Amino acid sequence: MSEHQITLPLSDGVIESLRAGDYAFLTGPVLTARDAAHKRMVETLAKGDSLPIEIRGEVIYYVGPTPPKPGQIVGSAGPTTAARMDPFTVPLLKAGLKGAIGKGGRGPEVARALHEHRAVYFLAVGGAGALLSRHIKAVEVVAYEDLGTEAMRRMQLDGFPVVVSNDVHGGDALSLGKAQWRRPG
Amino acid sequence: MREVHVDQIRNTVSRLCQEAACLLPEDVAGALQTARRREKSPVAVKVLDQIIDNASLAREEMLPLCQDTGTTVLFLDIGQDVHITGGDLRRALAEGVGAGYTEGYLRASIVDRPFSARTNTKDNTPPIVHTEIVPGDSVRIQVMPKGGGCENMSRFTIMLPAAGKQAITDFLLQAVDEAAGNPCPPIIAGVGIGGSAEHAMYMAKKALTRKIGDVNPDDESAAFEAELLDAVNGLGVGPQAVGGTQTALAVHVMTHPTHIASLPVAVNLQCHSARLKEAVL
Repeated sequence: MSEHQITLPLSDGVIESLRAGDYAFLTGPVLTARDAAHKRMVETLAKGDSLPIEIRGEVIYYVGPTPPKPGQIVGSAGPTTAARMDPFTVPLLKAGLKGAIGKGGRGPEVARALHEHRAVYFLAVGGAGALLSRHIKAVEVVAYEDLGTEAMRRMQLDGFPVVVSNDVHGGDALSLGKAQWRRPG
Repeated sequence: MREVHVDQIRNTVSRLCQEAACLLPEDVAGALQTARRREKSPVAVKVLDQIIDNASLAREEMLPLCQDTGTTVLFLDIGQDVHITGGDLRRALAEGVGAGYTEGYLRASIVDRPFSARTNTKDNTPPIVHTEIVPGDSVRIQVMPKGGGCENMSRFTIMLPAAGKQAITDFLLQAVDEAAGNPCPPIIAGVGIGGSAEHAMYMAKKALTRKIGDVNPDDESAAFEAELLDAVNGLGVGPQAVGGTQTALAVHVMTHPTHIASLPVAVNLQCHSARLKEAVL
């Protein structure tokens, strides 16, 4: 298990250096989107229209935060289940997406597409939304404001802890981890 | 006949919603510490450290433990010698949830028109309400904010009557293995066995309200729970599915007599952020 301090956006060199199961701290800008925003983005791309915000080179964090209390930058903001974004992820990778942050594993089609498009999927700890919010230094709604908690936001991360789940070499931390710790028989 | 006013119920539900979202129950916090001591995988230990630190931070600063503040599931045990006065109980419960989520800055995660427009109701209403009429003159209210990630991993089947323990074990193991990281392990697994289709799932959820460490009053079920927990932790899924020895904090079984033709089995998984708060009026 190596540890990486990563500055976003992800460079090709950094992407190639990551291995499934590595621990990393992300600093820099990400976009956020979850179910409803993904559906809209993919419908837009399918019509041949351009997205309200450029996603080439970006990392998308699957999150819908709680409302901030007065004086807070953001409420609790942990990852949601990535598998629900699977049906929408391949078109976004084709459009240049370089990374995603969520919880839980990805289906085989997304795993193949991550490899093909040289992009990485990171796991953040689900249910650690209070702690993770301390690693978010700025938030601004940038698209689909009508979606409320599901609106797309620009977040500035600072030392945000993640595990590399799917690397570009075909490695998958969940399969490797389970194989290592599964009791025989 | 003791009287309980709906205003008291509404205010209690509002307070419980806000406290439940931020204060991890002590039995769950203790079980996470135990899991942290037992876990062998270094990455999984880092995950558990984050989960434990998150609970401390949430408690100190009254922050929601998780951004998914859930579907609000309410369990009410209403004493048969209680007269509820002042208005409609169901409305008071919904108003309590609405106030709690709005005043507490909790996420509104409920959408109306589930198969079409999916319009957010803005205040997390309506809650899911389960009432039981019990002896006595008090009202017990339990608030369980249930996350979508773990609820989505629920399973139900009706087995052949003779299927027995092995088939139930295999069914639970398959559910937990395939759910992997989605229900946010280390989980608590609720298993409802017997009854009817809808009652089995009710029991699976109700079983999640039992404190970790409280022994199942039925000896046979208690022994089965220990076997199931050991088997689940042998899967290797681990915290957040990064691989490890601590996939579940507990397995809770609840049973009910069933039809000679049936063996209903329901699985309802709870995430490690097993939020639950109660009050007795």
